Amino acid sequence: MDVRVDYGMCQDHGQCAIAAPKVFQMGDDGKLVYDKHPEDSQRDEVEEAADVCPVQAIFLDES
Amino acid sequence: MPSHVVIVGGSMGGLRAAEQLIANKFDGVVTIVGDEKHMPYNRPPLSKDVLAAERDDQNSTLDHWHSSVAFRQRKSIADVRWRLGSPAVSSDLGAKTVTLADGEVLNYDGLVVATGLRPRRLDLPGPQSGRHVIRTLDDAIGLRAELHPGTRVIVVGGGFIGCETAATARKLGCEVHIVEPMAVPMIRPLGEEFGNALRRVHEASGVHIHTGLSVEAVVAAAEDTSRLSAVILTDGTRLGADVLVESVGSHPNVEWLDGNGLDLGNGVLCDNHMRVESRPEVVAVGDIARFPDPATGNIPRRIEHWCIPTDTAKRAAATLIAHLSDEPCPDVPFSPLPSFWSDQFGLRLQGYGSPGDADHISVLEGDLSAPVDQDPSALDGTVVGYYQGSRLVGVVMLSPSPVTARNYREAVETSRAAVLTS
Repeated sequence: MDVRVDYGMCQDHGQCAIAAPKVFQMGDDGKLVYDKHPEDSQRDEVEEAADVCPVQAIFLDES
Repeated sequence: MPSHVVIVGGSMGGLRAAEQLIANKFDGVVTIVGDEKHMPYNRPPLSKDVLAAERDDQNSTLDHWHSSVAFRQRKSIADVRWRLGSPAVSSDLGAKTVTLADGEVLNYDGLVVATGLRPRRLDLPGPQSGRHVIRTLDDAIGLRAELHPGTRVIVVGGGFIGCETAATARKLGCEVHIVEPMAVPMIRPLGEEFGNALRRVHEASGVHIHTGLSVEAVVAAAEDTSRLSAVILTDGTRLGADVLVESVGSHPNVEWLDGNGLDLGNGVLCDNHMRVESRPEVVAVGDIARFPDPATGNIPRRIEHWCIPTDTAKRAAATLIAHLSDEPCPDVPFSPLPSFWSDQFGLRLQGYGSPGDADHISVLEGDLSAPVDQDPSALDGTVVGYYQGSRLVGVVMLSPSPVTARNYREAVETSRAAVLTS
């Protein structure tokens, strides 16, 4: 599974880090870091994170 | 023959309901009925980015703005049938039919009510041109076209949307007044002390705020009597105005459900499974749904926060699929955590829980009376706890760090969970 965050859109709401903490984390500087290729077992959580992003900045492939 | 679910409402709640039905292995046909002609889009940017962005782009089309805010479509919903631009006008829940404005009658096995809200308008006769609301993409684009440096803007209603719109207009160089009937802006969600702190932020940035007043009359322009040129407040004050933004609450879109014996007094009454009363094949999602939450006393209420369409769609989809496959509903209480935010003058207000239920507040970090004349960021990191007796029912923060936000979110969740298990 490929995940991409558009940092131009991201406003550091941090909702993804709550929905999928294994894939998305807020660094100490308040900026988002994330796993670009999470295991498929994370799919539900990643979809949840994409849904709850208030600015819809999270993209994932659905292949 | 596969079963047919009709989702009435083509906004975020309707989209999420379709996604959740399919994610939960619904194998029938899904039809989404939408009033607007646009595919579902995200509303929070309307009062911020859409109003403010790309001011030099005179030729930007509706399609351009729609593509900037549209929700991406999951591949899983490729087979959903969309009936956009023709709202439902009536329904017969006994016969399981919904009738659209263009006359088509849809039969269903399951029905999702997701028609949301529409803005309340001020009941003021006189010139209508220059008067705006901000709910839909078309509303935002219409207002955007009128906001220029020096434009005189009156925003009636100092809630989150009104204050965000005022802040955006001010940043664009407009002359901005907020007229708020209550004593303090945002008093209902935030309380007096917090509302006053944000009032000072707005005033330090040049927004004029008139509290305890409303607009009594709209004055026509001499050169064009269809266009407003001033407003008269209830204390007789006259304010010159080019634009009047009416941000004074909303009405649930329930009229199409009339005649079915439902309680439509304030949205659609549901149970904790999002089932519309006495109709196991009908569920509601989003801000039209009035449902009981065991964490807040089980009194049915509507919640107008952004996260609620997604949360209620998950619950409603599971309920509907259980009914259609003749299985019991999941026996766990549904208690979505309200989460809300607002961006104004570089401050992010972030809240969790239901602060409006509090009987007192406590400033947990920072200082609401910090001077903001030079810089609103003096309030950064402020955290206010909202309490019912000794119980934390909500927390609102200003530009919190991610760690702070997460810790207080958990504190509110823990406090709510304690009610569920007690």
